[in-house]
Amino acid sequence: MNALLNQRRKATSAAMSALCLLCALMVILPLLLVLFHLARLGASSVDWNFLTHLPKPVGESGGGMANAIVGSFILVLLAVLIGVPVGVLGGIYLSEFGAPRLNGAVRFAADILNGTPSIVWGIVVYALVVVPMKGASAYAGGLALGLIMIPLVIRTTEQMLALVPASYREAALALGIPKWKSVLHVVLKTAGKGIVTGVLLACARVAGETAPLLFTASGNQFWSHSLSEPVASLPRQIYTYAKAPYGDWHRQAWAGALVLVLFVFAFSALVRLLTRGSNLPVAK
Amino acid sequence: MNSIAPQSMLLPPPSRTGDAAFKFLTWCMAMMVFVLVAVVGWELFRGSEPSLRQFGWRFLTRADWDPVSGAFGALPFMFGTFVSSLLGLLLALPLSVAAAIYLTELAPGWMRQPAVALIEMLASIPSVILGLWGMVVLVPWLNAHPYPWLQRVLGFLPLFRGHVYGPCLLSAAVIIAIMIVPIVTSISREVFRAVPDSRREAAYALGATRWEVTRLAVLKGSKRGIFGAAMLGLGRALGETMAVTMVVGNSTVISPSLFAPGCTLASGIATQFAEAADNFNLYPGALYELGLVLLAITIVTNILARLLVGAVGAPRHPGPA
Repeated sequence: MNALLNQRRKATSAAMSALCLLCALMVILPLLLVLFHLARLGASSVDWNFLTHLPKPVGESGGGMANAIVGSFILVLLAVLIGVPVGVLGGIYLSEFGAPRLNGAVRFAADILNGTPSIVWGIVVYALVVVPMKGASAYAGGLALGLIMIPLVIRTTEQMLALVPASYREAALALGIPKWKSVLHVVLKTAGKGIVTGVLLACARVAGETAPLLFTASGNQFWSHSLSEPVASLPRQIYTYAKAPYGDWHRQAWAGALVLVLFVFAFSALVRLLTRGSNLPVAK
Repeated sequence: MNSIAPQSMLLPPPSRTGDAAFKFLTWCMAMMVFVLVAVVGWELFRGSEPSLRQFGWRFLTRADWDPVSGAFGALPFMFGTFVSSLLGLLLALPLSVAAAIYLTELAPGWMRQPAVALIEMLASIPSVILGLWGMVVLVPWLNAHPYPWLQRVLGFLPLFRGHVYGPCLLSAAVIIAIMIVPIVTSISREVFRAVPDSRREAAYALGATRWEVTRLAVLKGSKRGIFGAAMLGLGRALGETMAVTMVVGNSTVISPSLFAPGCTLASGIATQFAEAADNFNLYPGALYELGLVLLAITIVTNILARLLVGAVGAPRHPGPA
């Protein structure tokens, strides 16, 4: 009787373990499928031509996304210029100066910003920048991405600085160094790798954003010559090409998607490389 | 050696202006988050003013959306957002929790890190690429196999009646599920890992099997955390834009069938804003108000999630410096 019950319990345990394994596999399956199709449909179209040429008009085959690739880099760079100073300094305040109650409020507001859907950033920046400037521009797109970065960078900076042992700060202060110098030269330096990691992850995240760029950076089939002009970007170009009813554009959309995914994964790989052998935990 | 010590004693005490200035600078940057929250709210409010004035609260309950005749109601968008997000969560939650259980409790040690890395990779795939994949690969497949089957088996329900087009609320729900699985899984993992090992050991000591340990020692106390993970996933789901836009069909008609094309708040803004911006101000106003509604819903969801997940993931400070 008891043996039978035990057998049933063991069988249940094995069955549930198998079920959980199955679920874990199903969670990973979409990733494998997406990567498989990206490789199958995109790889054949990514060539030197694709990386170095402008898009061709409808009907002409060939052409590439060189302007979109460069545009994406410009936009991410602008986003870093906006997001990193605000984020890192804000994170320093939280970790080094802030009182618990104000910190709680700042974290709460950062969480709200973090949860704000990216399309909302798009229309807010449209109203803030595009309407007064009377046109879409790289500035507007970079600002939208930069604002998305701010809460991400604030939180990782704070978390990384919190990991720096208090004794480092005390040692610096004991030498008579002003606090701001000890923060910049000792605390920030110690946590530097972690913060760079967080910034890279934030870059990878905003590099793939499309919704905030739809109405801010808009799109451009040509090179843009100034930051106050609309600028092409990879995600936006993929979206435009995916929606279009032309086979050749679909092919290009897959190629663009493959390039974008490789960029995003390259950022993550860089993060892994940076954090290898470091005793500081990694930003998630 | 002797000559150095007296000299350094003569140095003036370090100036405090630098400290004050630096503290003020970092304070300003920290305050930026409040400014930004205010700016987002204010710009959305200002943009939606024409629509707010014209329709008032009725905007939320009207089901017609016809830019040509100037009739704007948010109901089809809210309906589509809730249906696709909740359905997506319904699909994602059991999978994510089971996967998190596997990864924290059952998987062999060598497998955990690579599996977690793969799930993080899934999280890092840009929305537009999942949308492209959904459009070209997933939806045609759903259309050919699971949808006709669902219709045959559950066709007596109004939910599964009507013509199968492909792009529809159910397709959007499937894409949303794929997009929120990583975050729900990773937060569930944190919740399970926060359970002290002593509880597992106690269960083992009583002779519990592996599954019984998981059920009694781990799952039982984690309900609240799992609910929080679900809410955070829902917060993501509600605002998902690109992938959803590409598979939802973008029809502003409310239909009881999940196979009918629909729209969400985010997809409505994404597809109509460019056209509206050149238009009279009631049309963009209505879209800004959709944004306002979306923001309000996500804020409420995220606050709820925060209250539930509580301290999980909050940084611990080693003490005042």
